Amino acid sequence: MKSLAELEEIRKKTLDQMSLRKGNDGMRVIVGMATCGIAAGARPVMSAFVEEINKRNLTDVTVTMTGCIGVCRLEPVVEIIDKDGNKVTYVKMTPEKAARIVAEHIVNGRVCVDYTIGEAEK
Amino acid sequence: MQLYRSHVLVCGGTGCTSSNSEKIISEFEAQLANNNLQNEVKIVKTGCFGLCAQGPIVVVYPEGAMYTMVKVEDIKEITEEHLLKGRIVKRLLHNETHDDGSAKSLDGVEFFKRQMRVALRNCGVINPENIDEYIAYDGYKAFGKVLTELKPAEVIDILKKSGLRGRGGGGFPTGLKWEFAAKQPEGKKYVCCNADEGDPGAFMDRSVLEGDPHSLIEAMAIAGYAIGSDQGYIYVRAEYPIAVKRLQIAIDQAKEYGLLGKNIFGTDFSFDLEIRLGAGAFVCGEETALMTSIEGHRGEPRPRPPFPAVKGLWEKPTILNNVETYANIPMIILKGADWFAGIGTEKSKGTKVFAVGGKINNTGLVEIPMGTTLREVVYDIGGGIPGGKKFKAAQTGGPSGGCIPASHLDTPIDYDSLIQLGSMMGSGGLIVMDEDNCMVDIAKFFLEFTVDESCGKCPPCRIGTKRMLEILERITNGKGEEGDIEKLETLAKNIKASALCGLGQTAPNPVLSTLRYFKDEYMAHVVDKKCPAGVCKSMMKYVINAETCKSCGICAKQCPVGAISGEKKVPYVINQDKCIKCGVCMEKCPFKAIFKNV
Repeated sequence: MKSLAELEEIRKKTLDQMSLRKGNDGMRVIVGMATCGIAAGARPVMSAFVEEINKRNLTDVTVTMTGCIGVCRLEPVVEIIDKDGNKVTYVKMTPEKAARIVAEHIVNGRVCVDYTIGEAEK
Repeated sequence: MQLYRSHVLVCGGTGCTSSNSEKIISEFEAQLANNNLQNEVKIVKTGCFGLCAQGPIVVVYPEGAMYTMVKVEDIKEITEEHLLKGRIVKRLLHNETHDDGSAKSLDGVEFFKRQMRVALRNCGVINPENIDEYIAYDGYKAFGKVLTELKPAEVIDILKKSGLRGRGGGGFPTGLKWEFAAKQPEGKKYVCCNADEGDPGAFMDRSVLEGDPHSLIEAMAIAGYAIGSDQGYIYVRAEYPIAVKRLQIAIDQAKEYGLLGKNIFGTDFSFDLEIRLGAGAFVCGEETALMTSIEGHRGEPRPRPPFPAVKGLWEKPTILNNVETYANIPMIILKGADWFAGIGTEKSKGTKVFAVGGKINNTGLVEIPMGTTLREVVYDIGGGIPGGKKFKAAQTGGPSGGCIPASHLDTPIDYDSLIQLGSMMGSGGLIVMDEDNCMVDIAKFFLEFTVDESCGKCPPCRIGTKRMLEILERITNGKGEEGDIEKLETLAKNIKASALCGLGQTAPNPVLSTLRYFKDEYMAHVVDKKCPAGVCKSMMKYVINAETCKSCGICAKQCPVGAISGEKKVPYVINQDKCIKCGVCMEKCPFKAIFKNV
């Protein structure tokens, strides 16, 4: 260890990887992973979220799973809850949609309206 | 590096390891691979969470779900339900976290909520075998600050202002100790750590060594800078294999990162650290005996003065602090003396870790601000006494300390209040006793320990404690004589005044303090030949109540020595000459017809 800057670098890098043990203060991605969700392809959707978030080094985003939300016909269902508790529900998800949601909604705060449950039900 | 969506923290402390946490980890790895989750979920082996009674403990983040008493067979369910499908396995949650049907995280648990973790800040949070995780939580930042911004005298000043006192027993101000050593002429000096935790029932230091070894290394390096030393020794007992292993890993990692070695942080300060293993003699926790042992001699104390700060290891100025003391120091440097001095009572600053054991529900480790009352520790954090029994006393300070009776449950715990009560802080063992404990028997237990562990160098300890034990054995065998109690008191006072080291000087404390608060129990043993708690076997007998006995014969079948006889429709009888007082009959009687007659 030659300098404090070197120490700080290790600190930042590792802290990013550990941030999820500090509780949920950032955005949460919740993937419905009940039988219906898994059968409809929720696993690759979730993997896509993890991969995209990884790629972009987003450290305040957590990906968790939940059970059946009740609209099995619209699975895979993904909910995104922001810092202030606002919830957006996306339906009939695919890995491609996941990549767009990460880029537009999670990074830039623009909801992908055309994927939401409100749009699907029209 | 890979980012995971979930971290599974598995306790790797000694308690949980002995109840199979190693196997739990390998089972998790197998199950994750089965479900193809190994790139999404990370398994982290951590130090002790503190709630040892509920181990093995597994905590899953980001939910913070705390699973307790986890078995290897449960791992499949946790993996498939929680990690794969996101359904928390409520059946295995710590019962308090889902009382109302909802699953809460461990921050909501009463046991953790009331604690304040300074020395244990990283235990159960980071992976102790990964230096990066320690650095992530501000590790080695204090060391960097000290080396680049502060002069040695300023470091000592901060410690003096913080009011930190030694956590190993005596409670000597740490800053003052460092100052004495710093003021010695320049030359070879040593920094030592006492990790020879030997009190029965105490495991605070082990937990820090296992859960956060880098905090100790960082603090010792800071001490080296403050007093002008380039060499440190950690004296740790060989009975702590996990602690020794993790400590060695931590030292190796620190060396690899250049946090130990030459020209640390580009300055001209160099510091090296080595482990010395103790063979487990209690007396080696005494500072002069510990240094004698490091030097390679038989662990025997030597007279003080000269104090170690003047003439210590190999006759060079040496500072010796306990593990928990060191663990506080990085936080004091980072957060400031005022922050630390703001916690605790007037003369006892900061927090103290207690290993709570005995008759208590939440056996484990707790860290509380000084000045917390014993009642809070026993009832609020400790979860009270099993079976709703009555609190009788708590023993603090191990074999050097004394007991605190129920009448003093509301005393704030700090160094001075405990001394006033005739006990002491010691290293932080806290053994809770209920109405079923005999205080004379407790005093005998601790004295047996010190008699065993006396090194034999000075006669007051070698012979005096042996004589005291003989008197206690006589009393508990129902053969106490008039004048025995007075003899005990005289012997105790003389040993305290004349023994060479701390071990001998404090050995009579358990007897003196039980005499102070429970003299009536001693009198009952000596005069009435009765043991009120029904513990001392020679003074009690098991009796069958003829009216409630249903003549079922279960007791006779269970009795290992065939002391019970009887026949149908006639109450059974215990032959007192044959009875060995094991108590099995009372335990097995379905009608509660057998009782202790004291």
